[in-house]
Amino acid sequence: MTIVHDSVERIDVEAVNRKETRSLYEARVKIFPRRGYGSFRTLKWWVMAVTLAIYYVTPWLRWDRGPHAPDQAVLVDLANRRFYFFFIEIWPQEFYYVAGLLIMAGVGLFLVTSTVGRAWCGYTCPQTVWVDLFLVVERFIEGDRNARIKLDKAPWTFDKIRKQVAKHALWILIAMSTGGAWIFYFADAPTLALDFIRFEAPAVAYTTVGILTATTYVLAGFMREQVCTYMCPWPRIQAAMLDEDSLTVTYNDWRGEPRSRHHKRQEQAGVAVGDCVDCNACVAVCPQGIDIRDGQQLECITCALCIDACDTIMDKVGKPRGLISYSTLTDYASNKAGKPAPTTWRSFIRPRTVVYVAVWSVVGLAMLAVLLTRSRLDVNVLHDRNPVFVQLADGSVRNGYTVKILNMLPEPRTFRLAIDGLPGATMTRAGSDAADAAVIDVPVDPDTVGSMKIYVRAEPAGLAAVRSSFTFQVTEIGGRGEAASYEANFEVPGGGK
Amino acid sequence: MSSKEIDDVSGTETTGHEWDGIKELNTPLPRWWLWTFYATIVWAIGYMVLYPAIPLVTGSTKGVLGYSSRADVAREIAEAKTGMAGLLDKVGSMALEDIRKDPDLFQFAVAGGRSAFSVNCVQCHGSGAAGGKGYPNLNDDEWLWGGSLDAIHTTLVHGIRFEGDDDTRVSDMPAFGRDGVLDTAQIDDVAEHVLALSGQEHDQAAAERGTAIFEENCAACHGAQGEGIADVGAPALSNAISLYGGDKASIVETVTNARRGVMPAWGRRLDDATLKQLAVYVHSLGGGQ
Repeated sequence: MTIVHDSVERIDVEAVNRKETRSLYEARVKIFPRRGYGSFRTLKWWVMAVTLAIYYVTPWLRWDRGPHAPDQAVLVDLANRRFYFFFIEIWPQEFYYVAGLLIMAGVGLFLVTSTVGRAWCGYTCPQTVWVDLFLVVERFIEGDRNARIKLDKAPWTFDKIRKQVAKHALWILIAMSTGGAWIFYFADAPTLALDFIRFEAPAVAYTTVGILTATTYVLAGFMREQVCTYMCPWPRIQAAMLDEDSLTVTYNDWRGEPRSRHHKRQEQAGVAVGDCVDCNACVAVCPQGIDIRDGQQLECITCALCIDACDTIMDKVGKPRGLISYSTLTDYASNKAGKPAPTTWRSFIRPRTVVYVAVWSVVGLAMLAVLLTRSRLDVNVLHDRNPVFVQLADGSVRNGYTVKILNMLPEPRTFRLAIDGLPGATMTRAGSDAADAAVIDVPVDPDTVGSMKIYVRAEPAGLAAVRSSFTFQVTEIGGRGEAASYEANFEVPGGGK
Repeated sequence: MSSKEIDDVSGTETTGHEWDGIKELNTPLPRWWLWTFYATIVWAIGYMVLYPAIPLVTGSTKGVLGYSSRADVAREIAEAKTGMAGLLDKVGSMALEDIRKDPDLFQFAVAGGRSAFSVNCVQCHGSGAAGGKGYPNLNDDEWLWGGSLDAIHTTLVHGIRFEGDDDTRVSDMPAFGRDGVLDTAQIDDVAEHVLALSGQEHDQAAAERGTAIFEENCAACHGAQGEGIADVGAPALSNAISLYGGDKASIVETVTNARRGVMPAWGRRLDDATLKQLAVYVHSLGGGQ
């Protein structure tokens, strides 16, 4: 280590992912990020705590839906094809809500990226959060950067083995609880937890936990920044999202260069030097293994830990903070030209961000409107094809229909089935001993599709054609009085004549 | 071959093959590809040892595990049978009407009946049980021998005009024309009368002439108004359904030569539970009485 300043040590570190030193085919070079301190690090701790809490706690939240529906607040019930989200219940045919949410998430990501850059990558992406968590464990057991490098190079002593075993054990524990929490979104969490411990849970639960444990362990423990650089498509897409008014983590070279490790000496010698003391603190804390002073780069997830690191050093050497800062390209260009940075909060309002907000709001409001006015009753009718019609002894004709009434509320309901547009038609339900009637009442179990065979009878003399259109009207008796209808055909013999 | 030739531009060895001055590079296979290839070879050897793999003149090698997909099917069928055993026993022992009243058993019986129907009955009655000329439509409400659960069951068990079953259902309509009981003019008159009975267009004078012939020859079985008598298997002539066609020509043909449809006695082919399931299924098609 070389002392470069009165109080700043120069850290011996190379940016392993620097463009010049990177080949297309090369084994990963281990990165040992140093613990950071500062406001962005604090923010990241909070984001980590909140996102992890949401992930782990959500399946355990309860939400009372009455006796006929599960009481788990968020539940993806794949077996019964229902999705519950607090007061919302979604049936498979309502999956467009999920599509809408995905569109909102996509547009939201565009909006965030175009304004504050890769905030998703740097703060909330699960990969970032879990790598951060794994680093906490690593640091707790092996110490900070220098200790870890030393240990990595050290021969396999008992102490090293002990530390490695402890670290990997903790990692696997975290990885298992990651996969473990995931399955609770797909079944009643308390029941599944108990079954899981007793080895009575379905095999798919163990498989899922196993796969997610493996991916978490490998992605957060070993692959880390490689996931962002090589596997994730988002860093590539970001390029199209960012513009000159988006915030990115920027090294202000107009201020920092020429960098020098011997400030005082050079200043005394009258050589112009920049603010950068070339201490490499920004490189040492970087979890992506890059040198931000090389400029904007694909690998940078804008976690801002280098800003924290540099600010600490700037405080120490008595220079203003912000040598590395969140800046827009406009600011940077302006500063470089010796003018003040023009970016204010108004820079966030630009045509594209307005469009993003508008699209996001329109999709959101449309979904909300549909959600609030949606019907919890639907009816589908399938005309029997074999036989299409049945000639009855008294001269009337019978057609069979499979009527499916979708009762999408978690309560039993009774519906009145009526026929509109078929003069004199009567009907009966297969298996029922009741006589033919103009309307019949059918009970449907809570939250199920009531499927029934309905025989409709009509006099062909009263019909205008071989095929007549009519509608099945379904009306809820009592309750919300919901109604639905379905158009069907009634056929009589004579088509071939 | 002489010593390996190295391509100047790429630094890769060449195969020595040359076409018009272009030499083929001998680029080595990627390692991962090669190892995947080796792994598939190892896998294949293991597979051939464990599972049936090599075809012989009759059959094939059996494999160490003794696996057979036929055994799998047999096991699955056995499992399905064990699973249904309780329900099948119930269906076999309970009365037909009780089966129909029990929602679970009814559903089970209809499903089982439908599957037995598609194996044994569709050849004549059609996959939708809609029948055809000479083969009754089982969906409608006209029954030659009665449409109650028990009547349907009896028909199923003993069949119709089935030689070899003493309890089979038999009805014998005379061939009035062929046997010389009625002459052509009389047959024409009685056919007009039957058309009148079923409310179709007819020759009024001929129909009136046919009334006496009908009362004398037909009413004993078919009833005075042609309403039919299920106990003797005589179909109703007064309704809209005719097994062999309700037009004049078909009626004349029937009166002249009579009809003798046959249905096998399934009692000797199928077990009790299946027969009951079939009866419940046919009864459920919409015409059951």
